[in-house]
Amino acid sequence: MAIQLPIFMDYHSTTPVDPRVLEEMIPYFTQKFGNAASRSHAFGWAAEEAVDYARERIAKLVGASSEKEIVFTSGATESNNVALKGVAEFYKDKGNHIITTVIEHKAVLDTCKRLEKEGFVVTYLPVGKDGRVDPAAVEAAITDKTILVSVMLANNEIGTVQPLEQIGKITRAKGVLLHTDAVQGIGKVDFDVQKMNVDLASITAHKMYGPKGVGALYVRRSKPRVRIVAQMDGGGHERGMRSGTLNVPSIVGFGKAAEIMTTEGKADNARILQLRERLRNKLMSALEECFINGSMEHRLPGNLNISFAFVEGEAMMMAIKDVAVSSGSACTSASLEPSYVLRALGVGDELAHSSIRFGLGRFNTEEEVDYVAELVIAKVKHLRDMSPLYEMHKEGIDLKSVAWVAH
Amino acid sequence: MAYSDKVIEHAENPRNVGTLDKDDPNVGTGLVGAPACGDVMRLQIKVGDDGVIQDAKFKTFGCGSAIASSSLATEWIKGKKVEEAEAIRNVDIVNELNLPPVKIHCSVLAEDAIKSAIADYRAKQAAKRGAAE
Repeated sequence: MAIQLPIFMDYHSTTPVDPRVLEEMIPYFTQKFGNAASRSHAFGWAAEEAVDYARERIAKLVGASSEKEIVFTSGATESNNVALKGVAEFYKDKGNHIITTVIEHKAVLDTCKRLEKEGFVVTYLPVGKDGRVDPAAVEAAITDKTILVSVMLANNEIGTVQPLEQIGKITRAKGVLLHTDAVQGIGKVDFDVQKMNVDLASITAHKMYGPKGVGALYVRRSKPRVRIVAQMDGGGHERGMRSGTLNVPSIVGFGKAAEIMTTEGKADNARILQLRERLRNKLMSALEECFINGSMEHRLPGNLNISFAFVEGEAMMMAIKDVAVSSGSACTSASLEPSYVLRALGVGDELAHSSIRFGLGRFNTEEEVDYVAELVIAKVKHLRDMSPLYEMHKEGIDLKSVAWVAH
Repeated sequence: MAYSDKVIEHAENPRNVGTLDKDDPNVGTGLVGAPACGDVMRLQIKVGDDGVIQDAKFKTFGCGSAIASSSLATEWIKGKKVEEAEAIRNVDIVNELNLPPVKIHCSVLAEDAIKSAIADYRAKQAAKRGAAE
């Protein structure tokens, strides 16, 4: 089969909608277009029924005991905002302390910063070189003022999976709520809100072959019953937790995407893992001075984050412009700061600038992996040939001994 | 970020990549930037007895705009007198490559690289004259 260019290998950023998902969505645009909140006619009933079916499918994927524990939102950024702000506001008389990690997504970190301005105290736990938080550190950070712990299931840059089950045991024993940003990990690694004692979980459809613009927040209803203060006022949809007319077609698609994850996820992940390993082995055996960022053992099957020393990430992305990947280099961000996640792992700035994130997914093929591997190997060599750092390295100069002038 | 066609052209077909003998008294070497900042440029010039830059080479660790800026710089200074090369300003590079504001530092670095190579060349020449006297 001929390779179709460009190749998408950035599945952590988003995913294409699975054709089966789209197929289920289509009737809800033009025929079954009712408002799920219209309780008095057939159009509304059809929409409500479809929404409830999606709720059941999503509840099953996360391991919820009731579909009533699923609250639809506009996406995971909103879910994270509602979870943290909603819990903080409701439980503020109980305590003002929140614990999270330094490698969370900005939707969690910036929400925490906002809460700090409002008087809450936030502990940002460090991670080890492997990108994982130590459950003992979570336990040690909990005080009698702690109301919430928020730890992501899997990281979006380095794909490392957090020891959520161990953390859940601690938070449950201490009577502290546990929220997880499960966006990257859901359907890809083991996740079960019961087994892991998770009280709130943020997920989004577009990272799992569903449409953009729809997400959900799992909110536990019993043992304990979690209460949140709504952050969006209006018609009182979603049992008062999130007002706003439901995005029925997207919710239908989200439900189908969740169902596919539940039934096919295991096989899908095994295949993706095999592709990832194929890519890793090819790159690592052909190129010297490459470093994998984050734990290989506790990692999303589709994630490979490599620093190709002496080659700048954005130049690399430009050189392989027919392949969509992403980089932790500052040059790819508006802030001109290299990835805070890689920094948190203790990866030096120079290697952070050299990092490339490959995100493999459902529609990648072995042929694509082989093409990408060959292209990356050739371009790394090419860019190293024009890198003064590589030349100095080859001459035996210790780059750390050079008196660089920062600019 | 979308690149200008000129940046893409230089990044894909960089001019004058390479290394000159840094111990040659007629060669000036400038090494600017820092790995931790994500860009390092090394620009070298070889100057004839008539003060004209006969050859220029560069190697750059950096983004596409950094590579393009240094590639363009070597292209411009070749055949120029040292004083003329010295007069090149980063805004000239910005204008030629249509660099967006976030990439202006790449052009600054290229200007610094030219100046640094010239300074190295002059220092070597002065040392040579000193040794001859």
